[in-house]
Amino acid sequence: MSHSNADGGALPSYLEVSGRRTGILGWILSTDHKRIGILYMSLILGFFLVALCIGLLMRLELLLPGPTIVQPNTYNALFTLHGVIMIFLFIVPGIPAMFGNFFLPIQIGAKDVSFPRLNLASWWLYAIGAIMALLSLFTGGGVPDTGWTFYVPFSLRTGTNVPLAVLAVFVMGFSSILTGLNFITTIHRLRAPGMSWFRMPLFVWSLYATAWIQILATPILGITVLLVFLERLFGIGLFDPAKGGDPLLYQHLFWIYSHPAVYIMILPAMGVISEIFPTFAKQKIFGYKAIAFSSLAIAFVGYLVWGHHMFTSGISDTSRWIFSLLTFIVAVPSGIKVFNWVATLYKGAIEVPPPMLFALSFIFLFSIGGLTGFVVGALATDIHIHDTYFVVAHFHYVMFGGVGIAIFAALLYWFPKMFGRMFRYRPFFISWVFIFVGFNTLYFPMFIMGWLGMPRRYYDYMPEFQIWHQISTVGSWLLATGVFIFFIYFVKSLRAPRGAPDNPWGGTTLEWRVPSPPPAENFIEIPTVTAGPYDHHGEGDA
Amino acid sequence: MEKKELVPYGTYIMIWFGLLVLTGVTIIAASLHFGQWSIMTAIAIATVKGALVLFIFMNLKREERLFKIMLSLALITMTVIMVLTFADISFR
Amino acid sequence: MSTATLHEPHVHVDATGAKIAMWLFLFTELLLFGGLFLAYAVFRTYYPADFHYATTTLSVSIGALNTALLLTSSLTMVLSVAALERLNRRLSVILLGVTALLGILFLVNKYFEWSAKFHHGLYPGSQDLALHPDGEKVFYGLYFTMTGLHGVHVLVGVGVLAVILAMIARRPRRTVSVPIAAPTALALQGDSGPLWHQAADAQLDAVDVTLVYRENEAVAHRQLIKLENAGLYWHLVDVIWIFLFPLLYLIS
Repeated sequence: MSHSNADGGALPSYLEVSGRRTGILGWILSTDHKRIGILYMSLILGFFLVALCIGLLMRLELLLPGPTIVQPNTYNALFTLHGVIMIFLFIVPGIPAMFGNFFLPIQIGAKDVSFPRLNLASWWLYAIGAIMALLSLFTGGGVPDTGWTFYVPFSLRTGTNVPLAVLAVFVMGFSSILTGLNFITTIHRLRAPGMSWFRMPLFVWSLYATAWIQILATPILGITVLLVFLERLFGIGLFDPAKGGDPLLYQHLFWIYSHPAVYIMILPAMGVISEIFPTFAKQKIFGYKAIAFSSLAIAFVGYLVWGHHMFTSGISDTSRWIFSLLTFIVAVPSGIKVFNWVATLYKGAIEVPPPMLFALSFIFLFSIGGLTGFVVGALATDIHIHDTYFVVAHFHYVMFGGVGIAIFAALLYWFPKMFGRMFRYRPFFISWVFIFVGFNTLYFPMFIMGWLGMPRRYYDYMPEFQIWHQISTVGSWLLATGVFIFFIYFVKSLRAPRGAPDNPWGGTTLEWRVPSPPPAENFIEIPTVTAGPYDHHGEGDA
Repeated sequence: MEKKELVPYGTYIMIWFGLLVLTGVTIIAASLHFGQWSIMTAIAIATVKGALVLFIFMNLKREERLFKIMLSLALITMTVIMVLTFADISFR
Repeated sequence: MSTATLHEPHVHVDATGAKIAMWLFLFTELLLFGGLFLAYAVFRTYYPADFHYATTTLSVSIGALNTALLLTSSLTMVLSVAALERLNRRLSVILLGVTALLGILFLVNKYFEWSAKFHHGLYPGSQDLALHPDGEKVFYGLYFTMTGLHGVHVLVGVGVLAVILAMIARRPRRTVSVPIAAPTALALQGDSGPLWHQAADAQLDAVDVTLVYRENEAVAHRQLIKLENAGLYWHLVDVIWIFLFPLLYLIS
């Protein structure tokens, strides 16, 4: 069976070339970066839907004050699971593992990543870490109830299965590191002739910046969770106040990783948006270099601000104002990006098929998330709203409204390329309506609740919060409906007739010049690049 | 792989000898009780030893500039983490 | 009969790429230990007096001996690389063996050092240590974590060196089938005279030739990359010890 594209001739696509093995083994032992991307996608999206359902349960519990559907302990387990799965299994690997793997080599004109076998090993580590995380639910003391942050000293004392859960995080961190290492080497070594640094698509730039954070921040998480593990096993005492240890040191170490990790999540999402906007505005991106450098700037500044998670934990006043000041700097490169995307639309011939619609809503939701970041980043206001629903709303606007929506956009944007099929627009427009309306109904009341003093992670609440909780829960139903419509039609579209054109959107980066779906080694002949990435009108270099 | 000039065996042996001498120096220095300077001395000597291993044994000296830039990124990150943590610890 | 060439098939090996990846990996190791060094710095600030006292309970001579062992192993490691660069496979293998042996000696030494501490009841969670001041508890927590994690790295390093050693020690062989008609076959010398001549007498189309590479640069280069990368890892473990030694054993 070979695909029907004229220029590809008889080259079979990656979907048909399984390597030495066939069937399922041809996938889980494949070293083809595209197959590995799809492997990641199947697991990552699966976990997303699981965590989404857990979120629905939490919202349902909060529909009424007092016990509704679960016991308090179960509720603690639910928000821990929701956080751990969403963060470590979905959003951190998310875009780099799914779309980075699939498109990074194609976008720079390479046949694969630098170390294909290592790439497969990363996926296996991710899968093993996921299995360990699942095992931790049913073994030992049962589902961890610490929240995804595993804060000491509670995580040292609780009877639940924290040791296995943190080991799972360690293993998945290793997977993340190996992916980053592979991407950096690939970008340095395998760019096609003529693909200079400033001809690289901005998605590649964002992956490059992300990969550096993966390399330079993840080990800190590794040692942190390892110390929690050793603490539980041998009682080494570093985080245990009863033995002279310092719980605040844990928070420092944890956020030294976990704040930069926020940029591991958002940077690739910004990269996706930087691809989609020029394609559908039929324009060269505005401020290419500014966007590229702002990715690097965000990656760096991301290291300087972790203390803003600890404003009320008892760190020194000096460090509080330093961290608050530095936090505001993050807004500069983020703002540069938003303004450049909007400027790209100016005088463009804009089309709005579903991927662009999601990309546009990214701007809106991410901006709300970003601007409310000022409120939590400012020392004085943060004292008031720390650990309230305001914070929950803020990071859901950034993480879900930003990264999650960007993942939806990317799934649709690259769908024809990945699977060689087209989808119908209508179901995705409908799903967008539910997602967008549901999202704001779900999370916006949380800003209000938080401002009024509703603490996060609470099982119960005062009656005056009930109306906001109820609006929020209704929002969760709308949002979930939209997401389910999205994925039902996503799966349906996988069975649509083959024959998506090579370049359905009029994209200008290299992936649109190979057949849909791409052949096993991407290019019959490695292309020579002579112009910038978003050269819609043949103007030459940027 | 581009041809590089070979480093004579003798150079490595000299560096090794230097490392051993510095180890002796750091032990002696520690017994002299410089007060609060003793930790500075020890770290300074360790840094020199580490640099010798990095630049000669690990061949960083003859590597492309890229490697040095990348190493400095890692070291800058480490420094930033140390400094900002101590912005809390020193003033708590 | 298929044709074959006598050249090593060209396998693209990106030496620089492999080295970039190795250095990136080393950075992750650096930051992994960096987290522990940060913890050390913090607790030293909290408990200067306890750290001062606890340091004196560690044996400087054992620490110094281990430092010398690791430094020497770094020397033999780098000499092993230098020997393979000069295509001196034999010397390279011997030096690599010595490196691994020194690593094992380091671990043996460490084992005795740890045993002594356990014997005196100075380990995390022990009843004896519970009676000591907080700063000492934390010190021993750090001591065992840092030297333990470092020891694990030495152990992994010894394993890596053993694998590389086996790879270099094995002479690369390859059996190819050479058609008599191929021009290269004319030049082949068998044990008794020109090969093609004998083969033609026996009316064979082709002969199987086992090639044993003695000092083949291409093969040596490919192995050299792996050896160099293993060396980089080994040296980094050494660098970390260079910092651990004064911080844990000397500073008073």
